Amino acid sequence: MEKGLIGRKLGMTQIFAADGASVPVTVIEAGPCYVIQKKTEESDGYNAIQLGFDRKRQANVTKPLQGHFAKADRGFFRVLREFKTQAAAELELGQELTASMFEVGDYVDVTGTSKGRGFAGSVKRHGFRGGRGSHGSMFHRAPGSIGASAAPSRVFKGQRMPGHMGDERKTVQNLLVMGVRPELNVILVKGAVPGSKNGIVVIKNAVKKS
Amino acid sequence: MDKIDFIEKEQMRGDIPDFRPGDTVKVYVKIVEGTKERVQVFEGVVIKKTRGNSRAQFTVRKISYGVGVERTFPSHSPVIDRVQIVTRGKVRRAKLFYLRGRKGKETKIKEADKH
Repeated sequence: MEKGLIGRKLGMTQIFAADGASVPVTVIEAGPCYVIQKKTEESDGYNAIQLGFDRKRQANVTKPLQGHFAKADRGFFRVLREFKTQAAAELELGQELTASMFEVGDYVDVTGTSKGRGFAGSVKRHGFRGGRGSHGSMFHRAPGSIGASAAPSRVFKGQRMPGHMGDERKTVQNLLVMGVRPELNVILVKGAVPGSKNGIVVIKNAVKKS
Repeated sequence: MDKIDFIEKEQMRGDIPDFRPGDTVKVYVKIVEGTKERVQVFEGVVIKKTRGNSRAQFTVRKISYGVGVERTFPSHSPVIDRVQIVTRGKVRRAKLFYLRGRKGKETKIKEADKH
């Protein structure tokens, strides 16, 4: 069955493997999520469930959304995400999904919003090498030439230049689940995950492993 | 408690004695050779300790055949069998990097009465 949960990145630490190697892990608070809506082939044209995560007060929810949440009758949530799944029929409205759905050894894909870097130069954004800092080089972090002169007489599309960096939806694939702590609603995945601490992430089982 | 804190505290071992920079320690290190496991001793002066729950580390320096050798251990690593304190040293700073430039008698550290 497909697995999927909404979570919150708490930060990174390390744990020791049996052979003494220390493994970098990201700690993700995963769930509990609740099934807020079921989408079916007949009514919506595809099968999916909508999950809610991170409670919020009724007073902070708009009337139309209050009506939406009332159908599942599980309270009100800050984050709603849809997960395509064939197993929608087996799940009930309002059902609780927790971190215990994941097991140690699973591979997951984690999607989040990467940290925003603002308007970044080409050295930071594209890894240009830049020039030397001293000895009168007069060329430090500038992008340099962006193309030839009369021959194309224009700049090619896709030319890498300074611009906005980060704050994008990013997915890291095939992260190994190193630990599951249902009592803390926490899973540990090997390696880094996009976004800042307290950023919302979506965890799904890996599409390239099965 | 902070959840990361909790996970880190879980990893910590309580059997490592409390030693300080300047102390001479014997670190018994587990070494796996093929299928067999044996224990090797690394004895020297603790020149650095870093903190941070399960991420804490310490560095031991010794002179081996005239060459200075430093080894950094994660304090809570399962590779460490045990740590034995040989002598307590009396030093006036937390990081003893000044030992690196010194030889012979200059590297001697006064013994502390007690901590």
